[in-house]
Amino acid sequence: MSTNTAMIEKYRNSFLKEVEANVEEGDWVKMCMQCGVCSGSCPLGKDWAHPPQEIFMMIRAGKREEVLTSDSMWMCTSCYNCIVRCPRELPITHIMHGLAHYAKRLGLAPKNQPTMKFAQLFWDNLAKKGRVNELKLGISLYFMNGFGEGIKTSLKMKDIGLGMLKAKRMSVAEAFGGHAVKDLAGFQKMLKKAQELEDARLSQHG
Amino acid sequence: MTEVVATNETILVVGGGISGMTAALEAAEAGKKVVLVEKRPYLGGRVTQLYKYFPKLCFPTCGLEINQRRAKMNPNLTILTMAEVTNLAGEAGAYTATVKLSPRYVNDNCTACGACADAVEAEFDDEYNYGMKKRKGAYLPHVMAHPAQYVLDPAIIGSDDAEKAKAACKYDAIDLDMQEEEVNFSCGAVIWATGWQPYDAAKIQPYGYDRFANVISSVEFERMSDPKGPTGGKLLRPSDGKEAKNIAFIQCAGSRDRNHLLHCSRICCMASLKQTTYVTDAWDDDADVSIYYIDIRAIDRFEDFYQNVKSNKNVKFIKSKVASVTENKENGNPVLNGVDTEGYNRYANEHDLVVLAVGMQPSVDQDSFPVDIVVNREGFIEQSDSNGGVFAAGSASDALDVNRAVQHATGAALRAIQVVNRVAGAEG
Repeated sequence: MSTNTAMIEKYRNSFLKEVEANVEEGDWVKMCMQCGVCSGSCPLGKDWAHPPQEIFMMIRAGKREEVLTSDSMWMCTSCYNCIVRCPRELPITHIMHGLAHYAKRLGLAPKNQPTMKFAQLFWDNLAKKGRVNELKLGISLYFMNGFGEGIKTSLKMKDIGLGMLKAKRMSVAEAFGGHAVKDLAGFQKMLKKAQELEDARLSQHG
Repeated sequence: MTEVVATNETILVVGGGISGMTAALEAAEAGKKVVLVEKRPYLGGRVTQLYKYFPKLCFPTCGLEINQRRAKMNPNLTILTMAEVTNLAGEAGAYTATVKLSPRYVNDNCTACGACADAVEAEFDDEYNYGMKKRKGAYLPHVMAHPAQYVLDPAIIGSDDAEKAKAACKYDAIDLDMQEEEVNFSCGAVIWATGWQPYDAAKIQPYGYDRFANVISSVEFERMSDPKGPTGGKLLRPSDGKEAKNIAFIQCAGSRDRNHLLHCSRICCMASLKQTTYVTDAWDDDADVSIYYIDIRAIDRFEDFYQNVKSNKNVKFIKSKVASVTENKENGNPVLNGVDTEGYNRYANEHDLVVLAVGMQPSVDQDSFPVDIVVNREGFIEQSDSNGGVFAAGSASDALDVNRAVQHATGAALRAIQVVNRVAGAEG
């Protein structure tokens, strides 16, 4: 290896390459021109430690730990304001979700991050029957932060719950099994296949 | 009927702005016969609507006066105003142009005395001032208009106003029976100098150009700064006529944006820096200018100008593409919202007036050229052998400032001359 290529390798930012290889839509990160319109357009931006355009800069600066352990990308509500306004049409929302997903996979996501907990509960609920079980999802969310708070939230939401039962938006029968997609076996086979494909991809890229 | 004497050795110049004028004059002064076709009732195009040039801050009226004098002096040059090329058939060395002439209703007897304008009553939006003031139904488009002849708005034809204008004219210059005409003539080469138009600021939805009176475009601000403009050169904001001292410029309003114009319009950074000097000249230490930018593109010799403006303590540079503009309902102040990318500070800044530095786009839509021509994805004309004897000049070819447009137009004149010289050689 010539001195020149050695220097290129030394200064090539490996975290950007890692993001490009592993994060959904990560290829786009290099296209950001740091105009800041995404950060300014984010309705929750003031609550983010690092707004999207700062995250893109941090990725390019190789700040791996700071990015992947950050709470910021978990704050994205998918309002798509940033995508609509980005002058370079970066799929910012998708990159945020991609980063969050990657951080979780590596076990670097902040512990007890509420969005992450919600997403996991939602997925576990959905993956069972191919349909969201509203009753079980609601209850599991109420009890997400412990038994005491669960009871308190349940009582607070009692009237809405009863209203939903009355309007047939929710059924008590859902507590026993619950409704499913027509071809449940096919659905689970599909999920299994998808997981296999994902595992194969991960074993290649790490 | 209008007669146009032309042969295959004639050069047709389409568009009489600074580029078309330059190309036409250079070719005519090189001894070629030239027909210059201009859509507006006067020559000079958008340059006539500028108050000052950058970087020297001199007045465009100066160069315009020289060019107009050159045009008047040159017998090789035929000027058709209120004229549009509707068709061009043939090939290099042998084209036939079809030109539609709209009636001016005023003939060459006009002395520009203004009696007709005094006589008529109806008023219309003044397009020269982007509708920021009214003009009469009989009008001189601007004080230095060339040809120096009044124009009758077609909307008053058939009304009492038209008769009043005719009665007021002592020189028998008003001809209410003028009709639209179509003329056909030969030419050997064509210089296409149809120029640019400002990007429609209302399309940049988050900036509220169409919702907030105190959000204006850079071309409107230029008119406002001109002592001959709608406010007599006073920087007064549109909503309440209050003196605008705290002024924000938003750069890349439409440019470098895949949702709007793909290209960098090149002139807007320098235009805003220039317009900043209008504000600091007007209010001295009371001036408070903020420039919101992605990066300032003041290349080579413009760097000095940028550094000068930057050294003024009353001018702030904020590195941020503004996310949205809202309005303080109580005082009508526009509020700029965004994040400053140097420090990631969130801001909501109030200003008296906001100027959108709008981009340049070709004035002819890429699907409506009356001739086969190669355009790039931004709609500017590309140089190509398949364009035959048609050559772009100035900002029909790219987003250019006046200096570069004039250089480009001179080059286009040379290419056109080469074509008609070949024709002359072949015809012996």
